[in-house]
Amino acid sequence: MSLTGTHFFHQQAGRTSWVRLVRNQALTLLCFLLSALTLVPLFSLLFLLLKKGLPLLNFNVLTGLPPAPGLEEGGFGNAILGTAMMVGIGLILAAPLGILGAIFIHEYAPYARFSAVVRFVAKLLTGIPSIICGAFAFAFVVLTTGNFSALAGGVALAVLMLPTILIASEQALRGVSSSYRDASYGLGATAFQTIWHIVLPEALPAIMMGVMIAIARAAGETAPVLFTALFNQNWAHSLMAPTASLSVFIYNFSSLPYSYQVQMAWTASLILVFIVTGINILAQSIFRRNTH
Amino acid sequence: MEQRAEYNCELRTANCEPTSRSDVAGCFPRIDLLRIACFLAAVMIVATLGLMLYEILSKAWPAINTFGWRFIIRSEWQPNRDLYGVFPMVIGTLTSSLIALLLALPLGLAIAIFLSENFLPSSVRNAMRFIIDLLAAIPSVVYGLWGIFVIVPLIQKYGDMISHHWGSIPIFKGPAYGNSLLAASLVLTLMVLPTITSISRAALVAVPMVLREGSYALGATRWETIFHVLLPCAAQGIVAAAILGFGRAMGETMAVAMLIGNSQRWTLSLFSPSNTLSALLANQFAEADGLQINALMYAALLLIVMTLVINLVGELVLKKTQKSFGSH
Repeated sequence: MSLTGTHFFHQQAGRTSWVRLVRNQALTLLCFLLSALTLVPLFSLLFLLLKKGLPLLNFNVLTGLPPAPGLEEGGFGNAILGTAMMVGIGLILAAPLGILGAIFIHEYAPYARFSAVVRFVAKLLTGIPSIICGAFAFAFVVLTTGNFSALAGGVALAVLMLPTILIASEQALRGVSSSYRDASYGLGATAFQTIWHIVLPEALPAIMMGVMIAIARAAGETAPVLFTALFNQNWAHSLMAPTASLSVFIYNFSSLPYSYQVQMAWTASLILVFIVTGINILAQSIFRRNTH
Repeated sequence: MEQRAEYNCELRTANCEPTSRSDVAGCFPRIDLLRIACFLAAVMIVATLGLMLYEILSKAWPAINTFGWRFIIRSEWQPNRDLYGVFPMVIGTLTSSLIALLLALPLGLAIAIFLSENFLPSSVRNAMRFIIDLLAAIPSVVYGLWGIFVIVPLIQKYGDMISHHWGSIPIFKGPAYGNSLLAASLVLTLMVLPTITSISRAALVAVPMVLREGSYALGATRWETIFHVLLPCAAQGIVAAAILGFGRAMGETMAVAMLIGNSQRWTLSLFSPSNTLSALLANQFAEADGLQINALMYAALLLIVMTLVINLVGELVLKKTQKSFGSH
């Protein structure tokens, strides 16, 4: 690689050194200011979350039902339950596929052309916007069954989680030292025995971390469930009925003209951020403990 | 010797009981059910993408037949007359993402430089990385809510002042609405910042230490080293970061849908309401019926094509970078 710096050093040789030093310090300061600038919105966001979200935070809000417009009562318990349900459905659909798929492309056929295709597809799926997962579930489930449902929301979230789980699991398997495999095969174990008894237990913490990060991401998503699960004022009673979710609750209540409802949206945001970052931090701390 | 024999024995009795015949060479191999399950899972992953494209394409087909490619260049969206065109949304998607990229790139680069060089003790750098990760983990809808309460009032307050002074320039043309292209772009900036920072940081870290040392040894100051050695070396990775950040911005939905004002007319003014493909889908799918569903699926198809192309180019550039330095 040719560096533009070659003549540059000749040019610099004649300059007085203090000009260069001052410029150096000034650039450091500028860089520092630009970095600090990005912290302003983040702290503003966290501050508002606490300031507007905390006053309403109590047990009733976590267990109640959304209030009718203008009423100052209730909560979003059904939305928390709905989010858990849909993330659960997504997990049941996506986790086995993602983990088994990763085992196939990393353990059984690492160099096969088909495995390269699977990796490429996973890459494409990560790049697809989350709203497209919603459009897919709308076409595939909502239009087929004829109504909005938790199942449709779960399918949308499954598509969203699938590539994350696959890629994280493959990375986890890559982290298992190949000498383990060699030793296992050397002792006469079959491919199944090697994978099931040696490789998987070793990779499990990292796989779990990938799964938990996928859960956290799915729990915070709005676009895939917005027009697949829609919303519901009541508790979920069926997987085939419209279902509330925390993120859609925030979206709906943020645009209402009642200050109590808007404040409730802030409380729900606080809970959602708490859940999402909590799962993320938990995942990373579990993983760290197991590797060191 | 004894110990090894014991271990072997343990492995046999504990793990190999059901398949004890197959670990003797020459015996007929058993069918590995796990292998079959894994293969089926891998096939289903590929099938998922296929099914996704098929479902959306087949639901979009009536609209593709009716409107053809004019769908992209027409500017009306009138469900009651069954007339659909997404030109304003395509322009809105591209402009909002481009503005977000232009704002996020210098900020992201500044942070990436801070995180990759030793300006600060590593504990501070780790804390900064944690904060950036936090920024990435905050759900889109929460950014939207924040935008409604912070960005929109700011634009209402200062937007008219700016458009009063510089209104003759098309991008500052008034009147300043709160929900506008600018509001969406500013929040998008925050949302793509983690992507741009982490990829360009990886590119900067991958520059071999020897090059830094060589530059310092020749008497260059720290910033001369950064501008003349590090940034040129990491340029490709930074370009990849910009492209992937752009792709991410195009697909972002909720925060944009809450802030952009959802106008169906196209505009170049930062202060006017606009629309994007993703916001259009978010706003209209729940109540759509008939040809409108097909038109929305057509719009979804366009969004898929746009993001796929951008992401593929970005991944390609990134792959080339990784090859040139032989890093992970």
